[in-house]
Amino acid sequence: MSWVKQVGWRHLVGITAVLFSLFPIVFVVSAALNPLGTLSSSELLPTGFTLRNFVDLFAEHAFVNWYGNSLLIAGLASAAAIFISMLAAYAFSRMRFRGRRVGLLSLLMIQMFPQFLAVVTIYLMFTTITDLWPAVGFNTAWGLILLYLGGALGVNTWLMKGFFDTVPKELDESATMDGASHAQAFFRIILPLVTPIIAVTGLLVFIATINEFLLANVFLTDTEAKTLSVGLYGLLGGESRNTNFGIFCAGSLLTAIPTVLVFQFLQRYIVSGLTAGSVKG
Amino acid sequence: MAGKAATPLLDRGGREASDEVPRPPRSVGLGGQIGKIVALSVTVALAVWAAFPLVQQRQWLGLGIEIAVVAVICYVYLSPRRVPTKYLLPGTLLLIAFQVVPVLYTVGTAVTNFGDGHRGSKAEAVVAIQTSSVTRVAGSTEYALSVATRGTAGTGPLVFLLVDPAGAAFVGDADGLRPLSGATVNGGRVTAAEGYSLLNIGQAAARGPEVTEFTVPTDRGAIRAQGISAAYEGQAGRLYDADCDCVRETATGAVWRADDDEGVFVNDVGERLAQGWKVNVGFANFTRIVTDGAVAGPFAGILVWNLAFAAGSALGTFALGLLCALALHSPKLRGRRIYQILLILPYAMPSFAMLLIWRDIFNTDFGLLNRMLDLDVDWFGGTWSARIAVILVQLWLGYPYMFLVATGALQAIPKEVGEAARIDGAGAWQQFRRVTLPLLLVALSPLLISSFAFNFNNFTAIYLTTEGAPFPADNPGAGGTDLLITYMFRLAFDAQGAQYGFAAAISVVIFAIVAVISAVAFRRTRAQEEVYS
Repeated sequence: MSWVKQVGWRHLVGITAVLFSLFPIVFVVSAALNPLGTLSSSELLPTGFTLRNFVDLFAEHAFVNWYGNSLLIAGLASAAAIFISMLAAYAFSRMRFRGRRVGLLSLLMIQMFPQFLAVVTIYLMFTTITDLWPAVGFNTAWGLILLYLGGALGVNTWLMKGFFDTVPKELDESATMDGASHAQAFFRIILPLVTPIIAVTGLLVFIATINEFLLANVFLTDTEAKTLSVGLYGLLGGESRNTNFGIFCAGSLLTAIPTVLVFQFLQRYIVSGLTAGSVKG
Repeated sequence: MAGKAATPLLDRGGREASDEVPRPPRSVGLGGQIGKIVALSVTVALAVWAAFPLVQQRQWLGLGIEIAVVAVICYVYLSPRRVPTKYLLPGTLLLIAFQVVPVLYTVGTAVTNFGDGHRGSKAEAVVAIQTSSVTRVAGSTEYALSVATRGTAGTGPLVFLLVDPAGAAFVGDADGLRPLSGATVNGGRVTAAEGYSLLNIGQAAARGPEVTEFTVPTDRGAIRAQGISAAYEGQAGRLYDADCDCVRETATGAVWRADDDEGVFVNDVGERLAQGWKVNVGFANFTRIVTDGAVAGPFAGILVWNLAFAAGSALGTFALGLLCALALHSPKLRGRRIYQILLILPYAMPSFAMLLIWRDIFNTDFGLLNRMLDLDVDWFGGTWSARIAVILVQLWLGYPYMFLVATGALQAIPKEVGEAARIDGAGAWQQFRRVTLPLLLVALSPLLISSFAFNFNNFTAIYLTTEGAPFPADNPGAGGTDLLITYMFRLAFDAQGAQYGFAAAISVVIFAIVAVISAVAFRRTRAQEEVYS
């Protein structure tokens, strides 16, 4: 009886949660392996085994392009976003200057205005940009990366600043006393100590970017320029919703791979980074 | 650092302070210097590259802004002062360009009638009215037409290269007709022209509908294509008359007068011409949210559901994540690691794809749920079943993240706190309710607030699943699971005619609601004081 009270209920909750978590994923795997490849013939557990859906995905659609675009955009955008917000977090955490409080508050406010609400304006803006500089206009990775970087300062800076605050000030102060410049104090003293939060923010931005659908959908209309989210969404459009389901599920599984890899790679930082960043203390 | 070349000229920072305490000379790292020079050079090179198209298209304002931005960048990074600015500038510039400017422009749009039929200036509306009324009349001038473009043959903007009966060559586009120099006229038509690439017959035919739609406005009417090798100058059936500020139909004498308050041409019986122009309408869009019955009714209902959805998603994922974290937070539990990995798998799956898959799980005809349970339920057909379904999907997507965060927060609470409570006689529940939960909430409430703010505007959660369904028969514009943002999206991009101005007004209201709720919530948490310290 005491086992039930001590440990048993924990297993019960754990198993229920795992079932809830896994049920749609098992369905995706089953549908991806389903020889018929339609929604109506896909069962929860696999009824057959074929790799045809995967083969079709590569043969009939520009999946390789989409994959490359997604990796390029998510990789570059998250790296650049981390760098930018890292710098800003350092300034907010370590320096006292006029407008600091206002700056922090406005960062919070501006990101509450969903960038998506301004989608009409963004569209008009990039129509002009495409006209002037096609290299960073519609249907280019560079333009979309720039657009994503507009939001880089938002939540990441707050998250990082919270973590930076936990690093004792004395460390960089003594480095400054020894003659280090502010840049050296940051890159050589602080940065090595805050890798957990850098890893976590990197993961969050990467996942958010690779999943981003709305702006990318407006931005990328050429088949070859699409990202995974836009391309896969197109597979289920109109009449093909039932017939392309297997291919879609195969694509979704392959899309999860980069995320899982990044996750594995950064795993040891994740739990400590997530909590310590949320609020100092 | 490799180089110790501390030249006094490049010495930076803290000059004032060095009077008091003698310090070793600042070592300005050689690597840092080189990096800075390279970065600034690249910036300047990019700016020069970007300047050419601006000069070419005579965008002097754009050029001015660009020069100012580059000047600010160079000043900030070359001056030894303004150290905080050095760190804040890159993010701030991007923030201004791609968030602040669009947001301000959207807010500006909210006080206009911008939308389909009200896109441009009055002059543009007049041109549109005149060109769309063009008909071919006897004695119209005929031109030999060559379709060309300044860009690529497949997608570049079209221009008409025309040769009139007298043999003179012209170029015509949406701005009007201009003489064309540097063209080779062969057999009565343009066969080559400097700066233009001519479309061959196949390419022109492929863009046939565009060619047919294309009009070159002229004083008397407009030039339109007939086929892909001939064009004619037609006469406008409706002409603008500046004296009466009205549009007159030549054949019937009917008159539409300009109404500068509404930005339309309207006749005596109140009929409007389709092409209007953009005018400032003040707060009309905002008052419409409150006064227009067709808008105000659904708006209140949607707002209530939107609040419930955001609160339900944020609190639901938090509660579920916390429950799992508590259950798995025990050293006695075997297989804890396995549980954790399997539990957070949904977080690794691409969320856009999983939303679509959930949508298809709930599908009436082919969906997994109906087939497994042998039901024939239209899950997204009933308001409440659809609402429960979308919240369930949000729970599935969101709780692994909350689980991760809550696990971390639990680990951060010192064991002694729990032990102390137990010694003081607290039961397991009391210990959780009075000690663990308050500590967790201090750490996690900022996260809860931002989760609420995010879900309040969670467009994809609805757009990729129910698309707002079910829609009541009497108001097909506002569905049972619509959030304000999906409702706004439908207004803005409606097939019946986009109403950007009105949609922008709703955006501003949404922003105000979220901002007020978040501000109040933040004030109630202690997070604020800690963060500003």
